[in-house]
Amino acid sequence: MLKGFDRLFALLATSLPAYSAFAEVEGAERWGVNMTQGVTEVSRTTYDLHMLIFWICVAIGVVVFGVMFYSMWRHRKSKGYRAAQFHESTAVELVWTIIPTLILVLMAIPATKTLYDIYDTGEADLDIMVTGYQWKWKYDYLGSDVSFFSNLSTPRSQVDNQLPKGENYLLEVDEPLVVPVGKKIRFLFTANDVIHSWWVPDLAVKKDAIPGFINDSWTRIDKPGIYRGQCAELCGKDHGFMPIVVKAVPQQEYDTWLAERAAQAAKMRELTEKTFDFDELFAMGEKVYNRNCAACHQPNGQGVPGTFPAIAGSQVATGPLEKHMSMVVNGSPRNPAMQAFGPQLSEVDIAAVITYQRNAFGNDMGDTVQPVDILNFKNKQ
Amino acid sequence: MAHGPKPGFSRWLYTTNHKDIGSMYLWFSFTMFLLGGCMALVIRAELFEPGLQIVQPEFFNQMTTMHGLIMVFGAVMPAFVGLANWMIPMMIGAPDMALPRMNNWSFWILPFAFAMLASTLFMDGGAPNFGWTFYAPLSTEYAPPSTTFFIFSIHIMGASSIMGAINIIATILNMRAPGMTLMKMPLFVWTWLITAYLLIAVMPVLAGVVTMMLMDIHFGTSFFSAAGGGDPVLFQHVFWFFGHPEVYIMILPAFGIISAIIPTFARKPLFGYSSMVYATASIAFLSFIVWAHHMFTVGMPVAGELFFMYATMLIAVPTGVKVFNWVTTMFRGSMTFETPMLFAIAFVILFTIGGFSGLMLAIAPADFQYHDTYFVVAHFHYVLVPGAIFSITAGVYYWLPKWTGNMYNETMGKVHFWLAFIGLNVTFFPMHFVGLAGMPRRIPDYSLQFADFNQIASMGAFLFGAAQIVFLFNVIRTVMGGKKATDEVWDNPEGLEWTVPSPAPYHTFSTPPAVR
Repeated sequence: MLKGFDRLFALLATSLPAYSAFAEVEGAERWGVNMTQGVTEVSRTTYDLHMLIFWICVAIGVVVFGVMFYSMWRHRKSKGYRAAQFHESTAVELVWTIIPTLILVLMAIPATKTLYDIYDTGEADLDIMVTGYQWKWKYDYLGSDVSFFSNLSTPRSQVDNQLPKGENYLLEVDEPLVVPVGKKIRFLFTANDVIHSWWVPDLAVKKDAIPGFINDSWTRIDKPGIYRGQCAELCGKDHGFMPIVVKAVPQQEYDTWLAERAAQAAKMRELTEKTFDFDELFAMGEKVYNRNCAACHQPNGQGVPGTFPAIAGSQVATGPLEKHMSMVVNGSPRNPAMQAFGPQLSEVDIAAVITYQRNAFGNDMGDTVQPVDILNFKNKQ
Repeated sequence: MAHGPKPGFSRWLYTTNHKDIGSMYLWFSFTMFLLGGCMALVIRAELFEPGLQIVQPEFFNQMTTMHGLIMVFGAVMPAFVGLANWMIPMMIGAPDMALPRMNNWSFWILPFAFAMLASTLFMDGGAPNFGWTFYAPLSTEYAPPSTTFFIFSIHIMGASSIMGAINIIATILNMRAPGMTLMKMPLFVWTWLITAYLLIAVMPVLAGVVTMMLMDIHFGTSFFSAAGGGDPVLFQHVFWFFGHPEVYIMILPAFGIISAIIPTFARKPLFGYSSMVYATASIAFLSFIVWAHHMFTVGMPVAGELFFMYATMLIAVPTGVKVFNWVTTMFRGSMTFETPMLFAIAFVILFTIGGFSGLMLAIAPADFQYHDTYFVVAHFHYVLVPGAIFSITAGVYYWLPKWTGNMYNETMGKVHFWLAFIGLNVTFFPMHFVGLAGMPRRIPDYSLQFADFNQIASMGAFLFGAAQIVFLFNVIRTVMGGKKATDEVWDNPEGLEWTVPSPAPYHTFSTPPAVR
């Protein structure tokens, strides 16, 4: 039946003039009308539950609307129909109280079973901590060194309609969450600032990430693939721009990936010791800025008047270095929207971005900050 | 009836007449409806295509927030209070409301509350941008400075609603004509009596939650901040303890209007009057114990989820009874389809569809997939637009000849109906699809697979908006003149309001009528 719907809509779609901006998205993905069956046992059970209730509602609707349309057709004054005068029947009232109650009980049984299943987060093979930030996700693979942020990778120019939009517009990230298939993965959710909600439809996992609290949920993915989702709780300006991408791979591939990431983390610690020259820092800093700062302070450093202060000519970026480092590492003491980036970025990235901010947008301070300076600053406080 | 209204503007400023105050409420509500509607059109225009075209995300969030607040507190609630003011005294045979000066005050503080709320759009940092549900800490630590004005305006709206509710309860309990026993009252009076109790129970809770926000923002408390030992989820519990009964505040009076209109045009008494009263009371009671179904994903213990799931599913029973009663009232009637009846029938059909999606949302495991998607947006617009807005529209067409003494233009009424009906379904039905396919709500931009249905929804929204212009034109024309209405207006309708002349004199029932 639903396949039929899809075909009907596909037909409608082809009969409308195609608009070139998104002609590249084809077939079933466009005109999708129903919930995904997903790639886990829970997501399939949820889908079945959804369809069961849907068809029960359709059946009730057919009966109720059927009677209604029948009387609208037959019992009209224009056809000379004379009104009956009955207006009460306790027996009938009882019947249509009891029957719906029974139907509800029938619906509640499978729903309760599924709910218990979803809540069973014990005995996981792998624990991943998911932390929501304005407006990105951080993943910590508990029990290993691996931890990274996952940012939207769709370029701003596509959002602003300067470039054609890619196939995964707004659903692509720089660093996907990589997980093994066939393993029970437990997610622990929390947030750094406001409430976010981590949702991947194909896994049927949606759980709020709440600052100061930890929620949990679990999944076991059947087949390798890339599964996309989005933040589902309004979390401020860029709520629509913090997608989730889960890359499910076979165990072996996952092990290799994890080892590589662990090695990278070790290498990053080494880099902290290194001294960079200005051009290197400035170039790295620009990238870090665009990923982490530009959403609020804007790519041109002008900020948004009244909401987000400018970097260009700001007292912090053109003032004493100590204050600038404190602002980036610890966040603003007055405005919670300016987060503490100390725990989020590496020393190398912080050194680079401070160097960039002090020399870009016409600030021209001419100084450089080395990773080791940041490390010393952090250790001092 | 020598005593008439004062001439000029002071008539409206100083009036204690329930009809004048009712009219002011209705005009105020319609103004807010157009303002909130324009904001909805900004939202739909931005969502016409993927990408950011017309507004930036900051402003988009202000639009969704203000649209919700204005429609709930400015359009729907005052419209029902306006209808209550006009109709309750005439339905129970009372000369006026019990507390006429308070009546004046509860209306006149509203324009100030909304002027203040709307003025936040021009403040530094913009208007409230955290959604009409204003979840902390987004609405406290991370909120724009204008939030304080928003809190004050909510306090004023709450005071207005509580005063209105007290007035309605006092009127219904004390001022019924001799012989008008409780179980003889028209259902509109019954549903409003129950609604007024809901208002008195939950508006203080709303006032409490915004006051806690005020304390967190300005006075260093940490009700909703985990860092200070508070709990952001506490906000949601308190808010929805207000919020869910609020949903019924916006629909119970609608049930009353529909229960008046369907029997008139089916020429057959309402089926199951007493079961309607009991069903309304049951729904009101259940509304207090289902609030956390708005919060299935916050991580409640499984026992909590089960309780709120079962309690929510139970609401389907009394609501079903109501729908079955309306359908049975129509069954074997002798129906005609004037504009009020068209809106009433559309109400029954579309509200039932909204009820179905509500039942689906009640199922907690499935809700994990529906929660905070466009499926939810489709659901609550299906219950609010055809529910509250259509019933108010139906009520206005039904009683307008009694208010003005003139018949509205039937053709224009039907044009209004069909434009609104088609516009509404084209706007909101596709939202079920994009929601199920995975589109979250409250996003200013979306990925490409949602583009087609969003484009259709946006076109429907503009059609629905245009339909309201027809309505406004029709009402103004009827107020100005037109074919004279008879005292009964319709074919042998039931109720005391049809026993007074059309237009209803400035003072009605100075001596109580006889009730059979």
